[in-house]
Amino acid sequence: METFLFFVAAGLALAGALGVVLNRNPVHSALSLVLTLLTIAVLFLLQGAELVAAVQVIVYASAIVVLFLFVIMLLGVDKEESLGEPFHFQRPAAVALGVIALAEIVFLAGHEWATGAHATRGGLNAGTGGNVERVARSLFTDFVWAFEITAVLLVLAVVGAVVLARRSHLSPDDIENGEPGDSEAEVVHP
Amino acid sequence: MTVTGSYYLTFAAVLFSIGAVGLLLRRNVLVMFMCVELMLNAVNVTFVTFSKMLDDISGQTIVFFVLVVAAAEVAVGLAIIVAIFRRRHGSATADDIDLLKG
Repeated sequence: METFLFFVAAGLALAGALGVVLNRNPVHSALSLVLTLLTIAVLFLLQGAELVAAVQVIVYASAIVVLFLFVIMLLGVDKEESLGEPFHFQRPAAVALGVIALAEIVFLAGHEWATGAHATRGGLNAGTGGNVERVARSLFTDFVWAFEITAVLLVLAVVGAVVLARRSHLSPDDIENGEPGDSEAEVVHP
Repeated sequence: MTVTGSYYLTFAAVLFSIGAVGLLLRRNVLVMFMCVELMLNAVNVTFVTFSKMLDDISGQTIVFFVLVVAAAEVAVGLAIIVAIFRRRHGSATADDIDLLKG
């Protein structure tokens, strides 16, 4: 059963990933991304990572994709993209580089093996409680400093997003001519 | 036939490569962003797989930090895209952002 679920989920995830890359319409790409993210949550469940699977569905497949779709609809860019090449050989070069990277990773994964110490930070089945409790214990003891730092990171991201998305009083012509407008807009002058 | 950890690792490698190729192929900045998300997810799968193979819970904890970084990246990145679109009036390709071209 696990084998069957793995191959179905992995196949769907790869199909969704190809859909993200190959769809010309950004909305279809975003919907393919949902497929990939949900099937990756299934793969997390198969490996016994219940909390990570739940967070994957809540944060990735819901919040982030909704944000993507929101921006697509806000900007009205749901028209199809012309797939003309700006440089010669861009497409073959990209595919060749991807194949080389894949071969390299698979070669390394097949020939070298993970030789770390086992369970240095607490095993998957050590102690009491379920997966959620163990992840929480790890997060709030071993990684509590990193956890606090993420708060700073999120605040910085929110402030940065607000500053970037603020409507500037400059028109594009002002910027290209190098004439800043009023002093308030000068803050965001590139 | 049992699914071992190397199946998951190979799957993650393929997913990462698809994301990387998409990042190089596509010129719509939004789709390039989605390809970055694909690559981050492939790394998450790798973390969870190693967490199971090495019997260590911290692999699953690291996934949360990857998630936080991804969320912050999406917030700032989409704000940059919105700012670009305002200036460029509807052009969606990365080739149009060439102010720094020498």
